[in-house]
Order: sequence, then structure tokens, then C-alpha cells
Amino acid sequence: MDTFLQQVVSGLATGGIYGSLALALVMIYQATDVVNFAQGEMAMFSTYLAWSMLQAGLPYWLAFAGTLAIAFVGGLLIERLVIRPVENAPILAIVIVCIGLLVIFNSLAGWIYSYIQKPFPSPFPERPITLGAVVFGAHDVGAIGVTLVVLALLYVFFRHTPLGLAMRAAAQNPVSSRLCGVRVGWMLALGWGLAALVGAVAGLMVAPKVFLDPNMMSGILIYAFASATLGGFTSPCGAVLGGLLVGVIENLVGTYVWFIGTELKLTVALALILVVLLVKPSGLFGRAVVHRV
Amino acid sequence: MADHVSTPAVARAAEIRWARVAPWRWTLAGWLAVLVVAGVLPFTLSDFRLFQFTQVFIYAMALLGLNILTGYNGQISLGHGAFYAVGAYTAAVMIDRWSIPYGWTIPAAALLCLVVGFLFGIPALRLEGLYLALATFALALAVPQILKYFEHWTGGSQGIVLSKPAAPLGLPLTADQWLYLVSLAVLLALVVLAWNLLRGRTGRALVAIRDNPIAAEAMGINSALYKSLTFGVSAAYTGVAGALSALAIAFVAPDAFNVFLSITFLVGIVIGGLASISGAIFGALFIQFVPNWAQDISKAAPWAIYGVFLIVFMYAMPRGIAGSLRLLWRRLTRPNRRSP
Repeated sequence: MDTFLQQVVSGLATGGIYGSLALALVMIYQATDVVNFAQGEMAMFSTYLAWSMLQAGLPYWLAFAGTLAIAFVGGLLIERLVIRPVENAPILAIVIVCIGLLVIFNSLAGWIYSYIQKPFPSPFPERPITLGAVVFGAHDVGAIGVTLVVLALLYVFFRHTPLGLAMRAAAQNPVSSRLCGVRVGWMLALGWGLAALVGAVAGLMVAPKVFLDPNMMSGILIYAFASATLGGFTSPCGAVLGGLLVGVIENLVGTYVWFIGTELKLTVALALILVVLLVKPSGLFGRAVVHRV
Repeated sequence: MADHVSTPAVARAAEIRWARVAPWRWTLAGWLAVLVVAGVLPFTLSDFRLFQFTQVFIYAMALLGLNILTGYNGQISLGHGAFYAVGAYTAAVMIDRWSIPYGWTIPAAALLCLVVGFLFGIPALRLEGLYLALATFALALAVPQILKYFEHWTGGSQGIVLSKPAAPLGLPLTADQWLYLVSLAVLLALVVLAWNLLRGRTGRALVAIRDNPIAAEAMGINSALYKSLTFGVSAAYTGVAGALSALAIAFVAPDAFNVFLSITFLVGIVIGGLASISGAIFGALFIQFVPNWAQDISKAAPWAIYGVFLIVFMYAMPRGIAGSLRLLWRRLTRPNRRSP
């Protein structure tokens, strides 16, 4: 029983990180119908910037805030300068541009910071929290907490502010929103900025666990895809819940199903995606897309 | 052609006829010229260059397969590396474990991939767009792990080492020249097959399903059958490419068939030009040679240069190389179009 609880808890911790990157993916997908393959690498690059700031002697939370600000502006600029010129190109052309961004960020990070793994500090205390026989890592609990806080802030922003409303309108019906005076182009750019910010949070939370290196996000991006698929690409809350579920299922299956072990863990996650897609293509919490004929 | 006619009206008519007839003749002439050059190359190039061009042909087959599925039929696949791997391992296991002659491995890979692709195509019917892309992406991701798991057959992460097939009947060719010519011949056969498949009724059905599935169904096209068969044919093309690549490289290992291979294929068809046969060849040249050029330009961050290339290409030619050439041709042949 204790092993079970322990696995669930550590599953939730990694799941929270998958969830926050999945959240970033879902935000861009909802606003622009594009799956941003570069999301993971953007997050990785932001984390390196945080590392530089920490090396320069800044206190953690200041570096944290600074990184988020840079990530936000960076995401905004990428939309304006790189994505906007291909806005009207076929969707696959935009996907290729995203893949281009992915390799650029990965290569630049390797070039500037080298491919050697670097330890990255956690803002939370090192001493684990013990509850009965179950041991929680303080960082794990903190990471889940941070993810939930981000989700709550986004919820408040999108539900209860005029800007959030304008962004949702621009994503849902660009033409009508433009007629109502919403600056649709800028709303999309803001969406990219926010997604980059959420991605940066995911990067900062995952780096202490996996060490900082240019390829640290590629594995996590895959799980983020799985989470977003499971939860539904149209539902931000679904994406986070999907992340937590994927994390837990992955851990439990790896522990309890003898022929799978750690080698086939990823395959299980993928089989899960396939099953979900086949039974409920829009994901557990997603809205089915209705076409007007 | 139009220089010996005198009156403007006749000249105009001739010009229109010329413009209509010529593309097809010019295209054929272009293909023949390329073929002649390709036939001469193996006797002038070094073995390494020859290997690179063999690889281009092999990629072109895989891209052709993916283009039939994604370009013509509109089903986005991010998982064609999986079929490439199935083809490669079919060839490797047949040769290494069962000592079957090289020649049989290619049709076997085609057949196996046809069946696997068709079977994967049936559940894929429920998915479209992004969701299909993600499902196939999952397939591509799972491949290296699954290959490592069945160690008994696949040799695990060590892979399987093969030897390059020598030219038969005592032909005076090196192994590399022989492989080059075989790949060229197979590619040619596949191009002719694809052209015949796509230019008539079947091709129109595929494009109709892509552009308006409901209207296509209403016209009596069996959408489900066509879509899953397209998946099968596309996988078979890619499987043949995989089998040939196993022979050309003389080595297969799970990590060669990672996700990046599937993404590279997608890059190839989009850069080359969707829904075009020549696009597969342009795309294959791009994915084979551009990474090398990027390496030459900057040793420190070659992939950054490659990424910049990708983005610049998409800015300059959002419809790919073949699409841009088609546009250019149309402009050249109608230089003095009057305002209507």
C-alpha cells in the first residue's frame, strides 16, 4: 500500500510538469490551431536564461520573475516576427516553421551553454516531508502547487478580465471579433507570450529533477502531447488533469505490470493515447469539433 | 514555336496551344534529362557521393509514399519512420536470421508494410488533422522501444550488421554502384506506379476525399476503403525505402528510427511540395544535402543554420519547391496576359 501511495505521489509530481507544458500547448492550439512543436525547446531556453541569472548572483525568485518576463516578451516577438509572415500559408508550412524554431533553440542552447548537464536549484527546501510511511519530496509538492497556481491565475485571467475575454473571442471567431474592434493579431501574439510564460514555469520546475541540458524537454514534450491528447486539446483544465493522469498511470504501470518495467513505460503512455483517441477522439474533457456543412 | 506565324491572332492562338501542350512535353523532357544524368553519375562519382545519391533515391521513395497519403489524401502522418523501420527490419531479419536472398526482401517489406499500413489505416479513419498526426506520432515514438524489447529478433540496441550485396552475374560494378542502380530502378518503378495511380480515377478520388469528404461520399466514393488503402500503399512505399536503406547502410539499429526521422520525412514533403511527384525528389535532395551544407557553414551550431533554412524556405515558398516551380512556369508561359 505504501509503495502504491508513494508511486501515486511521485506520479502526480511528474504529472504536474507534463500538465503545465501541455497547458502551454493547448493555449497556442486554441488560439491559432497550431501545435507548437518548439514549445519544449522554448521552455528549455528560458530555463537556461534563468540559470545565467542565478549564476550572476540574482536571488531565486527575482530570477524566476525575470525569466517569466523574458519568456513572455520572447513568445510575443516570435509570434510577431516568425509566425506572422506565414500566417496564411498552409498549416503544414507553419508546422515546419515551428520545427525550424525547435532545432534553432536546441542548437543555440548547445552552442552557448554546451551539452554538459548542469544542476539547477530548487526554490523549495531539500528536507522531504514525511506523512506516515509515505515520503513526499518538497520540490514535488511545490511543483504541483506552482502548476495549480498558474492554472488558477490563467482561469481568472481568461474568465474575469476584459483582455482575457477579447483573447477568447479572437480565438473563437476572428472575423466577428475584428468587427467588434478586437485587435486579433495582437491577441494571438499575447497568446504566444502567455504560452511561452507557462512553458518557462514548466521548465523551471522540471530542471531541478532532470538536470539542465539542451535535450531535457524533448522527452517531456512527448508526455505533454500525451497529456493534452488525453485531456483534450480544447480544454486547458483537461490538459493539466491529463498530465497528472499520465504521470500516475506511467508510474503505476511501470511498477506493477511485470513485463513492462521501465523500458516500455513510454510505449504504455503511447498505447494509452491511441486507445483514448480511438474511443473518444476529442480527449476526456475536450469538446468534439462540429463541422458545419 | 510561334515565330513562323504572322498575324497577332494566330500568334496568340499558337501561344496558348504551346502553353497548354508544352508543360507536359517539357515535364517529360525534364524527367528524361534527369534520368540520363542519374544513369551516368555512378561512373563518375566517388563511392561516398554515390552512397549519398543512393540515399536520396531511398528518401525519395519514402517521401513519395508519405506524399500520397498526406499531400493527395490529406491524412497527416508523423509516423512514417515506423514503416521505414518495419521495412528495414524485415530486410535485415530475413537476411541475417533466415539467410534469404537479398532480392526477396524488398517485395516482402512492401507486402508486410502494405498489410500493417492498411491495418493502422482502419482505426485512423476515426481521426483527422491534428489527432491523426498525434496518433501516428505515438507510433513513431514507440518504434525504437519496441525494437529493443524484441531482442531475440532484432538484436536489441546492438542492431544487426549486414554485408552489402555484390552485383550479380559477374557484372563489373562495385557494391555501391550496384546499389545505386538498383535504387534508381526501384524509384523509377515506384514513380511510374504513383503517376498511374494518381492521374486517373483513383487520384481524383483521393483528392476529392481530401478537399471535401462529404461531397466525395455523396459522389459514391467509398471513403473508408480508399483512405485505409491509401495508408497501406503509402506504408508499402516507405517500407520498400526502409528495406533498401538497410541494404545500402548494411546496418540497422533501433535508434536510427527515432522520431526525428519521421519529422524529417514531413519536412521533406512540405519543402519539396505537397501533392506533387517531383516534390518527393526535391524534398529528398533537401533532407539529404542541406544538413551537410549547414555543417559546412557552421561547425558550432549546424542545426541552427538548418532551422533558419527551414524557416526561410517556408517564407519564400510556402507551397514547396514543386509548387513554386509550377507557379513560375505558369507566369513564364503567360507573359503578356491582357487584362480581361
